[in-house]
Amino acid sequence: MNDTTMSPVLNAAPDFAGLIDRLKGRVPAHCILSKTEDTRPYECDGLSLYRSLPPVVILPENEEQVVAVLQACKAFNIPVVARGAGTGLSGGAMPHAQGVLVGLAKLNQIKKIDLDTATAVVQPGVRNLAISEAAAPYGLYYAPDPSSQIACSIGGNIAENSGGVHCLKYGLTVHNVLKVRVVTIDGDIVELGSEAPDSPGLDLLAAFIGSEGMLGLVTEVTVKLIPSPACARVIMASFDSVESASLAVTNVIAAGIIPAGLEMMDKRAVHMVEPFVKAGYDLDAAAILLCESDGTEEEVEDEIARMQAVFEHAGATRLQVSTSEAERLLFWAGRKNAFPAAGRVSPDYYCMDGTIPRRNLGQVLGAIERMEVEYGLRCANVFHAGDGNLHPLIMFDSNKPDEVDRAEKFGAAILELCVEVGGTVTGEHGVGIEKINQMCVQFGRDELDFFLALKRAFDPYHLLNPEKVIPTLARCAEYGKMHVHGGQIRFPELPRF
Amino acid sequence: MEFVLTELCQQVLTARAAERPVHIRGGNTKHFYGEPCRTDVIPDMAILDLSVYQGIINYQPSELVITARAGTLLSEVERTLDEQGQMLAFEPPRFGAASTLGGCVASGLSGPRRMAAGSLRDFVLGARLLDSSGTVLGFGGEVMKNVAGYDVSRLLAGSLGIFGALMEVSIKVAPKPFQERTLVLETTEAEALALFNRWRGLPLPVSATAWYAADQATRATPVGQLHIRLSGSEPAVLNGARKIGGTSLDEAQAGAFWDSLRDQTHPFFQSRSLWRVAVPPSTPPLEAGPTLIEWNGGQRWLSRVASPAELRARVARLGGHATLFRYDAADVDLPIFQPLEPGVRNISHRLKQELDPVGIFNPKRLFPDF
Repeated sequence: MNDTTMSPVLNAAPDFAGLIDRLKGRVPAHCILSKTEDTRPYECDGLSLYRSLPPVVILPENEEQVVAVLQACKAFNIPVVARGAGTGLSGGAMPHAQGVLVGLAKLNQIKKIDLDTATAVVQPGVRNLAISEAAAPYGLYYAPDPSSQIACSIGGNIAENSGGVHCLKYGLTVHNVLKVRVVTIDGDIVELGSEAPDSPGLDLLAAFIGSEGMLGLVTEVTVKLIPSPACARVIMASFDSVESASLAVTNVIAAGIIPAGLEMMDKRAVHMVEPFVKAGYDLDAAAILLCESDGTEEEVEDEIARMQAVFEHAGATRLQVSTSEAERLLFWAGRKNAFPAAGRVSPDYYCMDGTIPRRNLGQVLGAIERMEVEYGLRCANVFHAGDGNLHPLIMFDSNKPDEVDRAEKFGAAILELCVEVGGTVTGEHGVGIEKINQMCVQFGRDELDFFLALKRAFDPYHLLNPEKVIPTLARCAEYGKMHVHGGQIRFPELPRF
Repeated sequence: MEFVLTELCQQVLTARAAERPVHIRGGNTKHFYGEPCRTDVIPDMAILDLSVYQGIINYQPSELVITARAGTLLSEVERTLDEQGQMLAFEPPRFGAASTLGGCVASGLSGPRRMAAGSLRDFVLGARLLDSSGTVLGFGGEVMKNVAGYDVSRLLAGSLGIFGALMEVSIKVAPKPFQERTLVLETTEAEALALFNRWRGLPLPVSATAWYAADQATRATPVGQLHIRLSGSEPAVLNGARKIGGTSLDEAQAGAFWDSLRDQTHPFFQSRSLWRVAVPPSTPPLEAGPTLIEWNGGQRWLSRVASPAELRARVARLGGHATLFRYDAADVDLPIFQPLEPGVRNISHRLKQELDPVGIFNPKRLFPDF
């Protein structure tokens, strides 16, 4: 590998006027924003603590305009940050102070739903849920369902490799996207992936998904659709200790069952959400599991019985199976609204996103409980228990500087614990700008250099979302005690995780 | 194994210093696959033998993941999983008893269950790579959700070793289905494809399909046998079988049939040259020679292709690609894999230059010119 860990030198005073002039006749004037009052709404994504006012925002209306923008940015050596719906949680779409922010929300057409191939062809600005809504008349849907699916775009899902509560059974974005059309920084259009089962050569699509806008801009996406299950039911199970709930999770998997969803909430989380959603959660339980089965009526009946047996054996203190679709949704409502509920009980909260091997759930939870005492802050825990993805919500008050500091240290300690037990610092929210320092903890310099080399193959000029995700040598050297901020998230009313 | 690892790193360093090409080899059961990359073509080539680097490192059934060294026999991995009622869901081919896990991942090939369960790369969670500087790099891990950095492990799947040697891989595993049943229907090729299209939109537990007619050479629209494997819970399989109809195969027969497709011991695969065509599954019959269809129409094997150039042009228009899967080295005068679009080719070439700057690993195995 060539050893170039330094970012290339950018213009101290980029020629935005020249850039805008270059785009005349290729991108309509109404698609280019440069007055502060127009660009202000784009200064951050869902993680609002990280803000940077973009000097220029461009909102292309078609692929041709995306090509024009990238060609012009390359010619003027101006960085480009892509943005979908702006719901990201790691600052991945935070603008570059000397760059152009390209919003892809206007590319919002569903071009084709094909029953024969069970695929949909959509533009990147289409909302995740809109795909399933459009496919519903055909009895099909798009499986990955991040909790923000009413707002987040498929382009953003590709950037982050988004998951959702059903990804244990149905996979992540990488398992459900067949093909993307990408504009490179050179303005070339390339297609990665295929509607055929595979493509010749390297699997560049796999490298592209989850690349956080650093390799190219997506202009069209082909996704796989799957038949909607005829029936879905969820078991709500209470346990008198986190350990027995964790054991139940392990045992259900060991019994050869892959639930459609398998989520855990600890006592603090249950107490936080129950007054908010009134889902009938068991307030005496130390932990609650939500375990879903989907399929035909017979399959669901068969699987639910199996799941119940496992939970009873693991010492469930209360078991309840949803008897109607309304009740199923109510059981889920508490889980999906953990975030807004946290906002009601605490002025601020810091949401972590580590993943750990499932068998360490009990151990990590115990450690987090001890950390609550150590840092003097409360932490509610909601998990995608099936895949080991933790979302501890650390509660603090940002008006008390000492609490902010403790919350940050608490969060960093959790992430370091995740890496220590063999997990990762981010399961689904991405690195963005938020976790760039933790990348120095998870990876060695050689791996980080490998990432940079991979980026250069797509973007030799380092203009696409520069200074994110992959820390430079200097940055890792500087990273010491000071951990990054996090937590302040916009759209608090939106269901999350 | 520490000593073996040091030795392998040293071999790479030595080869790099001498700018000597390195042929990475596991069980050597897939030597036929890809552009010719053999010691008789490049006489100076060093052989990096990974078959000595063996052993399962971590396997916890309830974590649904297994981590093993690249030289571990595929048969050992599958036996270990089987003992716990689990499996490699992508049903990788074993072209010989010596097949290794590393070779399996590096070649990226999947078997009959691929259309239902996903492809090999879908199950790759982590990998350790011995790169051209003799360093072992770790990517991904053993957890199912991990978005820290680029998904390098999946990029390495199917890369045929052009970036270095896979040393260890972590693979997501799946529970074996509670029940399986194989049904057989008599259909023409077109009828089989029409059925696949219909079933795609229905919640049927189809885990594998194959269509083949023995007398394709002599008849215009031969009626062949369509094999359908259903996998899942008892009610799901029963329900599916009722909807599909046909006759049931007994378990032994069914197992032997799917294995013969997976490992290409079925008589169809005895052809001297064999083409693998991947197309959107709904593509109508290709009518380009005797055909065996798998993966609900997505994978089509052809023997006796009259005009490879014409076939490639056609499948490209259809959105697919054609690979000369088996061939006699003597009569190869065309690229083994479908040539790439220029944009994709350029990115691939730059990746190779960036990640293996001296170009020592498996040169020209995946691409004819680098």
